[in-house]
Amino acid sequence: MRVVIAEDSVLLREGLTAMLPRFGIEVAAAVGDAPALLAAVHEHRPDLVVTDVRMPPNHTDEGLRAAVSLRAEDPRLPVVALSQYVQHSYAGELLASGSGRSIGYLLKDRIGDVAEFAGHLRRVADGATVIDPEVVRQLMQRRRDPLRQLTAREREVLSLIAQGHSNAATARILSLTEAGVAKHIGNLLTKLNLPLSDDTNRRVLAVLAYLRSRSD
Amino acid sequence: MTDTLLRAVTRRQFLVSAWPWRGFAYSATTALAAGLLWLVLAVPLTPLVSAAVLLHAGRTSGYLIVAACLGLIGVGLLALLGPQVALAVARAERWRLRLAGDTPPPPGPRGALYTDPATWRAVAYMVLLGVVGPLWLGALGIVGLLVVSTPVSVQHRISVADSLLGIGTRAGGGLLLIPALLYLTALCGGAHAALARMLLYPERSEELIEVARSRTRLVHAFDAERLRIERDLHDIAQQRLVALTMQIGMARLDLPPSSPAAAAMAVAHEQAKTLMAELRNLIRGISPRTLRELGLRAAVEELAAASCLEVRVDVASARLPAEVEAIAYAAISEALANAVKHAAASEVTVTVRRAAGRLVVEVRDEGGGGADPGRGSGLTGLADRAAAAGGRLLMSSPPGGPTVLLVELPCAS
Repeated sequence: MRVVIAEDSVLLREGLTAMLPRFGIEVAAAVGDAPALLAAVHEHRPDLVVTDVRMPPNHTDEGLRAAVSLRAEDPRLPVVALSQYVQHSYAGELLASGSGRSIGYLLKDRIGDVAEFAGHLRRVADGATVIDPEVVRQLMQRRRDPLRQLTAREREVLSLIAQGHSNAATARILSLTEAGVAKHIGNLLTKLNLPLSDDTNRRVLAVLAYLRSRSD
Repeated sequence: MTDTLLRAVTRRQFLVSAWPWRGFAYSATTALAAGLLWLVLAVPLTPLVSAAVLLHAGRTSGYLIVAACLGLIGVGLLALLGPQVALAVARAERWRLRLAGDTPPPPGPRGALYTDPATWRAVAYMVLLGVVGPLWLGALGIVGLLVVSTPVSVQHRISVADSLLGIGTRAGGGLLLIPALLYLTALCGGAHAALARMLLYPERSEELIEVARSRTRLVHAFDAERLRIERDLHDIAQQRLVALTMQIGMARLDLPPSSPAAAAMAVAHEQAKTLMAELRNLIRGISPRTLRELGLRAAVEELAAASCLEVRVDVASARLPAEVEAIAYAAISEALANAVKHAAASEVTVTVRRAAGRLVVEVRDEGGGGADPGRGSGLTGLADRAAAAGGRLLMSSPPGGPTVLLVELPCAS
């Protein structure tokens, strides 16, 4: 698997370049700004793009703009955006690009858990949607009223599937059987009037769309 | 620029706006206020009038002594009550002035009662209300009677078989007088209100304006400094911390899980991650990027999402001047934090709306109330920032709630 990295902090860029090969991820190019990212992607045709949201010259959302325009060219290009803060508007814009699949929105905090981070990158490259737990926590806060009817366990399950975990991964994290997880998912989707679906990805997007919609 | 009745009269769409009604309401309440004022003034004036009547009636020494006593009582009462009544009238009239247009925030108390120029300006206004007010109100009343009596008068002319021209003139004149009356009412009311504004709101002297300017510069300097600190923390400290956490993560991969070093590294890893989250919160408090990049609504929505309370947000998406956005955001952030800490509230409503050249921010929680605005230095600092920007911060928190924080900032539309 080959990635192109865009990150303006040299320290972090070199750290990622050194770390990812340990997990069998080849770094095709590591660049420091948005125009270089676009050029590198066109040149190397990577399996995944990892980009910082903020980059020079204005340090606002150059990385995100570049990611959105790359997704406009190729809606299936997997992209992981790294951000220092939760910014719902930016996360939403990225999710709206292409089919919503093969998208990752992660806080930079997650890079520290190196093995898990590499796992997230692989899953996005394989077509999954991965959303930072902090983003999901804040989204669930926003829809607190309707979520009150869920049991505590169902809320845990909802949070995990919104982050993009499969039934198997959810079962492992919560120490449940996969059948148990499937039952919880069925119950909570019914309570929230969401379509029942076995397709993990379609479910993630439905749950995210539900959480992101205005509560009133 | 403030919008007033007198200014509204000059506009072409005056008659189809709400201003004629406001002018009417202002004039009608002026009549009421003048009447009430004379009722109150009757107390000190009665002895004076009685003295004058006595003097007129006879010139014997007995009459003179009683008249002098009554006169002294009247003058004493007037000197004692006059300024107090004038100040009370001034307060009530400032409140009523809102009918006739925008008003600046009320002046604070200054000086002793008899030496404060504000007292004597209030007395001057009282004379204006009591003497000049009835004059223009009387004139308006006559025009009003002409308008109101039109149908009766026309009917009368028909019954006595007046000429068609006479009847038409009276009917047409009556109809034409309606807009004239509306204009006259607004004009007289507006002029009265303008005089009231001059007398009841002290002019800011040159010196005060200069002080306000220097305060504004100070606030700008603080804002610039915050921005620089935020940028440094983000560009240097945060990136290094992420790289450090990543290096620790890498090192942990190579340590045998059972070794003592592995346990220590795990703790170090956790601490670095906690520090990263704390640093992020710190930076958000200093100068939120979402606010600068996406504006007040997005930033407040993010505050609401991060809060553990149920926060309803009603904010227009339009961008505002950076300084106004920064103060409004800081006030909302502080109010939400206070609601979490003290109010035991479960639900908070944040409303931001623009009205007549001002931005009005309201944060309301249905919690226990009883908050003391003087205690938290956060609110005091905010009040200073709002004042430096030419606005003000108000708070109401009666025991039992609700707690309402109101910030008004000048904001040209």
